[in-house]
Amino acid sequence: MTSTTGASVADEFPGPEGRPPLTGDGASTGRVGDRVFKWIAYGSGFVVVVVVALVAIFLVVQAVPAIAQDKANFFTSTQFSTSPLAFGIAQLLWTTVMTSLVALVIAVPFAIAISLFLTQYAPSWLAKPAAALIDLLAAVPSIVYGLWGAYIVAPKFGPVQHFLQDVLGWLPLFKPVATVTEQANIFFVGVILAIMILPIITAITREVFAQTPATHKEAAYALGATRWEMLRMAVLPFGKPGIISASMLGLGRALGETIAVYYILSTLPDGSKFIVSLFNGGSTFASQIAGNYAEFTGGTSTGAYIAAGLVLFVLTFVVNAVARVIIERRKAFSE
Amino acid sequence: MSSQTSTSQSSEAGTVTPPVDFTVGKSGARAAKNTAATVLVWLAFLIALIPLVWILWLVISKGFHTMLSITWWQKDQSGVGAAGFDKNIRGARHAIVGTLLTALATSVIAVPLAVMTAVYLVEYGRGRIAKLVSFMVDILSGVPSIVAALFIYAVWVSSFGLRLIPLCTSFALAMLMIPVVTRSTEEILKLVPNELREASYALGVPKWKTITRIVLPTSLSGIVTGALLGFSRVAGETAPLLILAAYTPYLNQNLFSGSMAALPTFINNNVQYLASDPISADRVWGAACTLLLLVFVINMLGRLIGRFARVKS
Repeated sequence: MTSTTGASVADEFPGPEGRPPLTGDGASTGRVGDRVFKWIAYGSGFVVVVVVALVAIFLVVQAVPAIAQDKANFFTSTQFSTSPLAFGIAQLLWTTVMTSLVALVIAVPFAIAISLFLTQYAPSWLAKPAAALIDLLAAVPSIVYGLWGAYIVAPKFGPVQHFLQDVLGWLPLFKPVATVTEQANIFFVGVILAIMILPIITAITREVFAQTPATHKEAAYALGATRWEMLRMAVLPFGKPGIISASMLGLGRALGETIAVYYILSTLPDGSKFIVSLFNGGSTFASQIAGNYAEFTGGTSTGAYIAAGLVLFVLTFVVNAVARVIIERRKAFSE
Repeated sequence: MSSQTSTSQSSEAGTVTPPVDFTVGKSGARAAKNTAATVLVWLAFLIALIPLVWILWLVISKGFHTMLSITWWQKDQSGVGAAGFDKNIRGARHAIVGTLLTALATSVIAVPLAVMTAVYLVEYGRGRIAKLVSFMVDILSGVPSIVAALFIYAVWVSSFGLRLIPLCTSFALAMLMIPVVTRSTEEILKLVPNELREASYALGVPKWKTITRIVLPTSLSGIVTGALLGFSRVAGETAPLLILAAYTPYLNQNLFSGSMAALPTFINNNVQYLASDPISADRVWGAACTLLLLVFVINMLGRLIGRFARVKS
């Protein structure tokens, strides 16, 4: 704490309980005002914990009856129909994960390069405004990304897609799918998602790169390294845990993105054959839910969508939790 | 950190400038790699700006003229005939008012909770429970907006059988806003110098008065910044509106009954005619332009306040 709040004697000498005086409840007078205020603060923190717990509980409670009546296998079926109730998450999970992975594969190298630019290359007059510009990408509402992607970029994306299909078409993953509307496919959604998650990944890697100890960098220069060699020897290894956790946070964002995916991705007819290609259409958890809000009539048909939402919640929970754990561990090392 | 003294000047800016031009006299391959890296890094930055510039140009060039007309701000869409096909562009007043009201209601719910959570984390929280709260704030920031909306739906409609009201959207959006405000408030509270608190305690001021009279006012700029960033984030959210707020073409200023339009749902309602009907297209791009500028202005205002009114420690 001394580095951020300014050194004070109180910080250096722990009290009898082994922590500094005047922190925690040490400064409380025990009067009514103090107790009330303390419980308001505790209560607010408690509310946050309760809300997350309630999300899990309510989604489970609402999803279970629907899953119990499900005529199809919940985990392996590619169907998603609510009348008759036969739904599974296989296709949704595949599309969600693939769109997000494509986004990640594109966004991470860009984010690393941009962070290096902002912290190591950009002249000082440019670094701050440039960072603000990248941050501004995060402020663009996702519906605007959806409009832009679906109606403006998609028609221009054809050549890129045909090039990829021509060069890599021998791989099953890059096979053209005839039934899907051009550019309304997993790959293109991944490209748009990459732009959307770029700012969050950049913001975190930037912070980590900026913290590289100057001594590491000077050591590299002292050995005669060029700037690029210095980055490879000092900055990138130092920032590796940060890059990983930033990517996980970006992945979490991409998994949950709704409206842009809903606008761009072409939905498949229910129970379509499963085609392992990036140029296939489909639905993600989020876009499936958003696209069918009209079917929210209560009862088990809503439960089917809540079940899909529950899987998405678990997925993003795990991804975010892992990211946080990596960040925490890095903190333990650097201090 | 012990060798910090020798490098304190150069490390302050976080960059170390090589004292000599190292590319001179290096073997060609290494120099070439270095140059290639420089070029690639610059290129990556410039490429990343393309979408930003493109979106700004697109939305402003297609939507700004609609935004300039007075009817846009004065009229709603009541009286529009068969969905989307009307001779008049009419206005977006209902959607603009709806967006602002929803985001304001969200702030009223989220900001006090978030600020007090930050106060808990910085001033009170110790040990395991504080770690759990901090972790849950992080998890909340990763909850997809559609899941937040589903949760509110599951509670409000499925479990309690209530009718959806505009305030439901604010409940869902508050879940997205709380982590934003909590984190930025927490950061600024940590920057408040301990000497201020100690001086207050030394005068016998109770802890809660120290926090409400000294700590919170000192960090007001950070709280406002967080609130504005959170506001701009929830104003642009669409997914919860789809589930929790049926679109209505009329102006509704009551958060407790009926349904309320918002700019995103206004866009969503007209987007299907984007290609076929120029008036619908005007509505879509006009609303997109209004929304984008609203979000940008509030976002930048937040950043400016954060930059110029920082706590000096």
